[in-house]
Amino acid sequence: MSRSGTFSNLHNWLISEDFSSANQARCHKAYLAWLSLVANPLAFAGFAVVALLIVIAVFAPLIASHDPYAQDLMMALQAPSAAHWFGTDEFGRDVFARLIYGARTTLYITILVTVIVAPIGFVIGATAGYLGGWVDVVLMRITDIFLSFPSLVLALAFSAALGPGIENAVIAIALTVWPPIARLARAETLTFRHADFVIAAELQGAGTGRILLRHIVPLCAPSIVVRLTLNMSSIILTAAGLGFLGLGAQPPMAEWGAMAASGRQYLLDAWWLTTVPGIAILTVSLAFNLLGDGLRDIMDPRNG
Amino acid sequence: MSISQTTETHAPPSKLLTGGKKLATSFVVILTTLLGLLVITFVVGRMVPADPVIAVIGDQADQATYDRVYKEMGLDRPLYVQFGNYLSDVVQLDFGQSIVTKKPVAEDLARVFPATMELATLATLIGACFGIPLGVIAAVHKGTWIDHTARVVGLLGYSTPIFWLGTIVILVFYAHFGLIPPGGRIYVYDEGLVQARTNSIIIDSILAGQWQVFWSAIHHLITPAIILGYAAMAYLSRMSRSFMLEQLRQEYILTARAKGLGQRPIVWRHAFRNIRVQLLTVVALAYCGLLDGTVLIETVFAWPGLGQYLTSALFVSDMNAVLGSVLLIGIISIAINLLSDIVYRFIDPRTR
Repeated sequence: MSRSGTFSNLHNWLISEDFSSANQARCHKAYLAWLSLVANPLAFAGFAVVALLIVIAVFAPLIASHDPYAQDLMMALQAPSAAHWFGTDEFGRDVFARLIYGARTTLYITILVTVIVAPIGFVIGATAGYLGGWVDVVLMRITDIFLSFPSLVLALAFSAALGPGIENAVIAIALTVWPPIARLARAETLTFRHADFVIAAELQGAGTGRILLRHIVPLCAPSIVVRLTLNMSSIILTAAGLGFLGLGAQPPMAEWGAMAASGRQYLLDAWWLTTVPGIAILTVSLAFNLLGDGLRDIMDPRNG
Repeated sequence: MSISQTTETHAPPSKLLTGGKKLATSFVVILTTLLGLLVITFVVGRMVPADPVIAVIGDQADQATYDRVYKEMGLDRPLYVQFGNYLSDVVQLDFGQSIVTKKPVAEDLARVFPATMELATLATLIGACFGIPLGVIAAVHKGTWIDHTARVVGLLGYSTPIFWLGTIVILVFYAHFGLIPPGGRIYVYDEGLVQARTNSIIIDSILAGQWQVFWSAIHHLITPAIILGYAAMAYLSRMSRSFMLEQLRQEYILTARAKGLGQRPIVWRHAFRNIRVQLLTVVALAYCGLLDGTVLIETVFAWPGLGQYLTSALFVSDMNAVLGSVLLIGIISIAINLLSDIVYRFIDPRTR
C-alpha cells in the first residue's frame, strides 16, 4: 500500500505543471514523453526489443549457454534441440550462443556509426544552414554527391578499397549515412536562422560556435534523434548486407549477416542456419523503425 | 496604361530568363555531381591496398617490366594529371580491363546491365502498382485498422534483410514446393536460342518471336522482382500515405465535401491528382534505391546482372570492374533523378 502511495506521489510530482525547480520541469517533460511512448503499443514494442537487445549484448556471456567460438565437428549441423536451442552450424558451434554474441556485433556497429555520423552530419548541415552563401552551396553540393549513390553500393566501394573487416565496414557505412543527417540539420537550422533569439544572441556578441551549440543544437535535437533512430534500422541492414557479401565482420566473429550467408550452403539440410539470424536482423531492424516512428509522433507532431 | 504595358513587355523575357537560368543552374549542378562522383571513384581506386601494376602484370614479372608498366599506367605522374587521364578515359567510355573476364569493363557492363534493368524496372512497377494504392487507402482510413495494417506491412518491407528473404523464398518455393527455378536468367535448355541484340532476354525473345524463351525468362524474373518490389512497395506506400494526408488536410478538400462530392472522386480526382507529380520523384528515388537491392538479390538468385558482376569483382579485387560498376550505378541514379526533375517541370503547371 505504501509502495503504491510512493508511486502515486511520484506520479503527481511528475505530472504537476506547478514546477518548483527546473529539474522538476525536465523530469515532467521526460515523464510525459514516456507516458505517450507507453500509450503507443507499436512504439513501445520497438522500445522493448531495443532494450532487450542492449541487455542481451551487455550480458551475452551470462545468457549464452555455450562458447560461441568453440568448434565441435562431431556435433556439426545438429537440428535444434534441448541442448542446442537453435541447432549447431557447420563447425558444430552453438547457433544460439552465436546469435547472442551477434547482438554485440550489431549493437557495436550501430552505435559506432551513429556516434561518428551524428556530429559530422550536424556540423556540416548546421554550418551550411547558419552561414549560408557559398559555404552552403559547397557543403550541400558535397552532400548531394554522396546522396546520389545508392548507399549499399557506396559502402561496397569503400569497403572494397579499405579491405574487409568490421572497423572498415563501420567507416564505409558512416560515409553513406551522414548526408541525410546533414540535410535535415540544415533544414532545421534554416527555420531558426532568423529567429529573434538567434539575433539577440548575435547582438550580445556570441560566436558562431556558441550559437550553434547552445541555441541551434537543442532545437534541432529532437528531429535528428528521430532520424538517427530510423537510420539505425538501415545501418543494421547495410551492415548485415556487407556481412552477407563477406565484407563486414570476418570469421570467426559472430555477425548475423555473415551467419545467414554461411548458412546458405547448407540451406536444404540445415534451415535454421539461415532462418534464425535473418529473423534476428528483421526483428531488431523492425524494432528500431517502430521506435523511430513512435518517437517522431511524440517529439515532432508536425509530421504525424 | 503605360505601367501595364511595361510589365507586359517585360514579364515574358524575364520569365524566360529565370527558366533558362534555372536550367543552367541544374546543368551546373549535374556537372558538379558527376565530377564529384568521378572524384570519389578515383579516390577509392587510389585507396586500394592492392598494387594496380601487379594486378596487370602478375607478381612473377621482373623489376624492369614493373617499372615500365608503372610508367605506362601514368602512376609516376602527379595526382591531378592522373585524375585528368582518368577523366579522359571515362569520357571515352574506357574503364580499363577486367582481370576476371579479360575484356574491357565497358563491354562487360553493356552485357550485364540490361539484366539488372529488367529486374529493377519490373520491381519498380510492382512496387508502384501495389504501394501507391495502399498508401492512398491508408491515408483515407487514417487511424483505423486498415492504416495500421498498411503501416506494419510497410515497416516490414523496410526492415526485412532482402538477401535473407530471397534465400527463404528459394528454400520454401523451390526446395519444398518446386514452384520456382532456383535462380539464373533462363532454363539451361533455352539458352542460345535467341540472338543477343539488346542483351535484355525479354526484349530479344519478343523481337525473335521466341515465346518459349520469353516465358522462361519471365519465370526466372518474377520471383526476385517480387521480392525487390516488396521493398519498393514499402517505401512508396509510406510516401504516398504522407503526401495524401497533406492533401486531405487542405481546404479545397473541405470545399469538395461541402458541395456534396462523394469520397471516391474527392480522393482520386482531387487529392490524388495533386500528388502525382511528387510521387513521380519518389518512384524515381525508389528505382535508384532498388539498384542497391539488386546487388544483394542478384547474388542470391544467381542473376547475371550488374550486382553480381560487382560483387564477384569485389572478391578478387578486380578494381576496374568494381569502379566501373559503381560509376555506372551513380550515373544512372543521377540520370533518373534528372529525368524525373524534367518530367516534373513538364507535367506540373505550378513549377512553370
